Parts: sequence; structure tokens; C-alpha cells
Amino acid sequence: MNILNMSNIQKSFGDNNVLKDISIKVDKGEVVSVIGPSGSGKSTLLRCATLLETIDGGSFSYMGEEVCSVKNGKVVYDKNLNKFRHYFGLVFQNFNLFPHWSVLKNVIDAPISVQHRDKNEVKAEAVELLKKMGLEDKVKAYPGELSGGQQQRLSIVRALAMKPEILFFDEPTSALDPELTGEVLKVIKQLAEENMTMVIVTHEMEFARAVSDRVIFMDGGIIVEEGAPNEVFANTKNERTKQFLQNYSKNEY
Amino acid sequence: MDFWIMIEKMLEGFEKTCAIFFLTLLFSLPLGMIITLLSKSKLKIVSGITRFVISVLRGTPLMLQLIAVTYGPYYLFHISVSREKLIPVVIAFSINYAAYFAEIYRSGIESMPVGQYEAAAVLGYSKPKTFMKIILPQVIRRILPSATNEIVTLVKDTSLAFTVSYQEMFTIGKQIANSQTSFVPFVVAGIFYYVFNALVSFIMRRVEKSMSYYKM
Ligand SMILES: Nc1ncnc2c1ncn2[C@@H]1O[C@H](COP(=O)(O)OP(=O)(O)OP(=O)(O)O)[C@@H](O)[C@H]1O
Ligand SMILES: [Mg+2]
Repeated sequence: MNILNMSNIQKSFGDNNVLKDISIKVDKGEVVSVIGPSGSGKSTLLRCATLLETIDGGSFSYMGEEVCSVKNGKVVYDKNLNKFRHYFGLVFQNFNLFPHWSVLKNVIDAPISVQHRDKNEVKAEAVELLKKMGLEDKVKAYPGELSGGQQQRLSIVRALAMKPEILFFDEPTSALDPELTGEVLKVIKQLAEENMTMVIVTHEMEFARAVSDRVIFMDGGIIVEEGAPNEVFANTKNERTKQFLQNYSKNEY
Repeated sequence: MDFWIMIEKMLEGFEKTCAIFFLTLLFSLPLGMIITLLSKSKLKIVSGITRFVISVLRGTPLMLQLIAVTYGPYYLFHISVSREKLIPVVIAFSINYAAYFAEIYRSGIESMPVGQYEAAAVLGYSKPKTFMKIILPQVIRRILPSATNEIVTLVKDTSLAFTVSYQEMFTIGKQIANSQTSFVPFVVAGIFYYVFNALVSFIMRRVEKSMSYYKM
């Protein structure tokens, strides 16, 4: 079954037609990387999927249940949006942790107060997850006391504690110093090995190639090419993809 | 007049000064938040009217507002002015200070990064929960310094109640000064305000410190 199924998504900001006609399906356990030049609509796509933006056209569903569709120019949402929010998690580029809460509280508050799960159970799971991400000695610290890499690992733990079916990442390492990206990428890789379903927007081409089952190259609001990492990165026939990847490796010195 | 009798009378006035101060804080702090939320309402009429009211309250002298609230009912409806002026005085102060606190809250709320709202939304927090648990605690921390300024000003502003002859400390001091042709009561009043404010600043600094356990 598809965890996520987006069909013919359109989104504009005023005259700026950002997503023109995007269709994506993500299967359980699949890791999909989304690459593309700046302004191609990658973040917008994730923001639509996570209900931070409303779509102007198309429809999408999680676990086969339709969340949202546009009919006759009107957006129609499912009545129980909160149920869908439990299906996905989003890891932001700049973490967006809650600075006034301790590391532990950042992880356990939503499962307890939003999902109404058992406090002790949530706490035990949170400690376990923090340990797995190498944050066990930071349980009582505050986000502001952590390094960027630790903050991003914490925000991944925060998302995982909600037990999402699918996890979205929007350039999870772009705000980090180069020497800290490795530790975050390692954690994401570990999740991939555990068959976590993920959609990762990234500029880390080597990483995308190594970790994903499928790569999507977006440009100008459409999907230009889609395929296995080896096809896209090594054997692409598409001129735009070639050009993008060439420009990219030029910039990586 | 004996110095100690003067002090005693002024202490009686000081009790009323304290009454104005604490009651004004009690009402204006929450009222300010309500005004802020109204001024951010999606209904244009509501936010427009609220912003206009805020600008009037901030743009006219508190002294004038005190007179309006205390004597307005008499001029408008011939309701006799009650001898107990604490109620109109506290109403005028509370409304006026609520307008100032509302502006402080508003700037605090607007200084919050949008990412905080977005992270909360993705985690499924409802709007009220997001505000109460995530936004408001951080806003309070951010606005504490400007709120302290406003509270210190309030201590001094309580003396404006003399315009409607409410028997707070400054009014009493002024009366004694007039009848005794002495400057001493003013000096004493000044010392009272100064000590009161030193205490307020000390407490506010402690509160600020207790909230700065995290980096913003
Ligand atoms: N809230 C918004 N209001 C108006 N325009 C927006 C908004 N969000 C994004 N855009 C526009 O949409 C286009 C796509 O932006 P988006 O952030 O999705 O690109 P991106 O592919 O994520 O780029 P990057 O690699 O730089 O993150 C850009 O032209 C951007 O200016
Ligand atoms: Mg982006």
C-alpha cells in the first residue's frame, strides 16, 4: 500500500506557479530523495504534504485515505485532519525545537498532550530513542545548549516519538557546519536501514545516492526525472538533470 | 504638625497607592492580553476598532482619562460621583495600562519565529494549545524587560490620582504641604516612591533571572 499518494498537485503564490503538476507515490519502507535547484518547489511540496500550505489543485492521501482534494477550484479537507497529522513527521532545516523545554520535554510533550498516550510509556520510549541518537546525557539539557548536529538529532527524535508512518526531511543538514552534517546523515541512514519510510529533500548528492531507493529531480515546479539513484546520478539521459548534476559537482570543491 | 503624625497619614495614603498599583496590575495584565488578541482578530472591524481604541488610550493623557472615568458619568447621565473614588481610579488606570501592555504583548508575539508555530502544527497541537504551551511562555520571557519599565512607570503614575482627589499618598502629601507650608511631605513622598520602585525592580530582576534558564 502507498503510505503517501500525491496526484497532480498544484500550488501558486500569486502569479508564481510553484508546483505545476506533481504526482508522487511513496511505498512503505521506501526512501525517496528529492533534489533540484533552489526555488524549484521542493520545500513547498513538503509543506503541502504536511498541511502547512493549502494546495490549489490535485489531491493527496495517506494510507489510502484522502486528506485533501481540490474540486471545482475549492479545497476540501477531511474532517479529521488531526488523525492525518499522526501519519507524518517533518524535520525542518533549522530544527524549530522549543527552546523553553528540556530535551526530554521536547520529545514527550506532543505524544502525551496531543496523542494522549501513557506518560510513563512515552518517557521510556523517548529515553530509548535519545540513547539511540547519542543524546542520552542531554536529557535534562535545553536545546540552546546543544550543538547544531545534536539539535537536529533531537528534532528527529521529536518527530519519531510521534510514531509517524512517514518522515519528511527538508534539507536536514543545510543549516549545519560541514563537520556536523555527517552525524545527522548517519542517523538518517540508520533509519533507512530500519525501513523507515522517508522523503528527503537534500543537496547532499552522495548521501542521496547512497541512502535512497528512488531519486526525484524537480525543476520549475515539475518532476523532470525520477528513478533509481544509479540511473539518475550516473546514467541520466535527461539534459536538464545532467546540467544540474554537472553544475552541482562544479560547486562542490 | 508632628513629623510622625505626618508619616502616619502618608502611610495611610500609601496603602491606597498600593491598592491602585496592585489592582491595576491585576486587571490590566490579563485585559492587555485580551486587547492584543482582539487587535489580531481576523475580523477587520474587530481589529480595526481595537487598534483605534489602543491609539486613543495611548495618545491622550492618563490624567484626562482619570477625569473622564471619574466625572464622566455625572456629566453624561447625572449619576452622582461616589465618594469612594477607588473604583473609577482603578478602572481608568487598568484600561490605560492594558493598552500599553497590549502593545508590549503584540510586539512580543510578533517577535516569535514562525517556525515555532509550524513545528507545533506538524506535531498536531491545536491553536489554543500552541499559544498557551509554546508561544506564551516564550513571549513572557521576551517582554519581561519592557513590562518592568511599564510597571515602574505605574508606581510613579499612581500619583496622578491626585487629579480626582483620591486620597493616595501624593494627594495627602500635597494637602499636608499646603496646610503646613512645608516641603518635607514631598521629600517623604519621593522617598516612598523610590523605595517602592527599588523593591519592584529587585523583584522583576529576580523573575527575569528565574526565566532565563534557557537560551532564546
Ligand atoms: N510563503 C510564500 N509566499 C510567496 N512565495 C513563496 C512562499 N514560499 C515559497 N515561495 C516561492 O516559491 C518558490 C519555491 O520555493 P521553495 O522554497 O519551495 O523552493 P525550494 O526548492 O525549497 O528551494 P531551496 O532549495 O532554495 O530551499 C520560490 O520562488 C519562492 O520564492
Ligand atoms: Mg527549500
